[in-house]
Amino acid sequence: MTDEHTPKDDAAQAAPPTRMERLSAVRPRLLSFARLHLRNNALAEDAVQEAMMAAIEKDASFAGRSGYETWVFGILKYKILDVMRFQKRQGRLQPLDDESDEDAIDRQFQDNGRWQDQARPESWGNPDKVFENEHFWQVFDACMITLPDNTARVFSLRELMGLSTEEICRELDIKENNCWVILHRARLRLRACLQSGWLKEERT
Amino acid sequence: MMMCKEATRLMSLKQDRRLTFQESMSLRFHLTMCDACRQCDRQFSLLHRAGKRFEDELEKMPGDDGAGTGGPGRRE
Repeated sequence: MTDEHTPKDDAAQAAPPTRMERLSAVRPRLLSFARLHLRNNALAEDAVQEAMMAAIEKDASFAGRSGYETWVFGILKYKILDVMRFQKRQGRLQPLDDESDEDAIDRQFQDNGRWQDQARPESWGNPDKVFENEHFWQVFDACMITLPDNTARVFSLRELMGLSTEEICRELDIKENNCWVILHRARLRLRACLQSGWLKEERT
Repeated sequence: MMMCKEATRLMSLKQDRRLTFQESMSLRFHLTMCDACRQCDRQFSLLHRAGKRFEDELEKMPGDDGAGTGGPGRRE
């Protein structure tokens, strides 16, 4: 009849999550990132699967300089770029000469270059509060989906993947100027979409 | 004088590269006079930060100190 509560039990209970546990905990987030970038469920699933496999295989090379999750996330980014390069080689990416969304931008401005009344940017309030708002993220993701493929690809490489415009030009074989034009359009479209989809509903 | 549409081009550019002195001055001049463009400038900055949310979220994941078992997180 000894006390069953031993220090060893304590250690077992407080054991930090294993790498595998942490990997499966981070999976949903990796998946939503990959989906947002690749805009295709099956491709996103594959990229995440490959990234997780690579993380397990290369486990020994994790140096611990960054967090483990951040390290895995970095692997996923490489995998996503691989998918994109593969699509490009296969000629499955549309060429980036899409001017079709010029209208959507022009609708926000009058002929003299001033804002149209209904498009005038309004305050979104405190950014930190905005980011805590779950509805904001739903609208953000929905707005990303409404972007034309080309525009979304460049925006995503820049803002989700964190590539510089110079790197994006190299990936996509476009001129940096073209890249800036596309990003300008993407941002104007997203802001308009967020303002009408999110802000208006928040107020009703 | 620069109009709002052109101002938004510079606001966007500012997120991707350093503006030249002249670009920066003409944008600033426009922003002091135009409330709508000041809001747009904030919105572009917010979009820039929004793109980093996945990474921000990762930093909130349990670290090697074993502070929790981890979950799907608040913003799923």
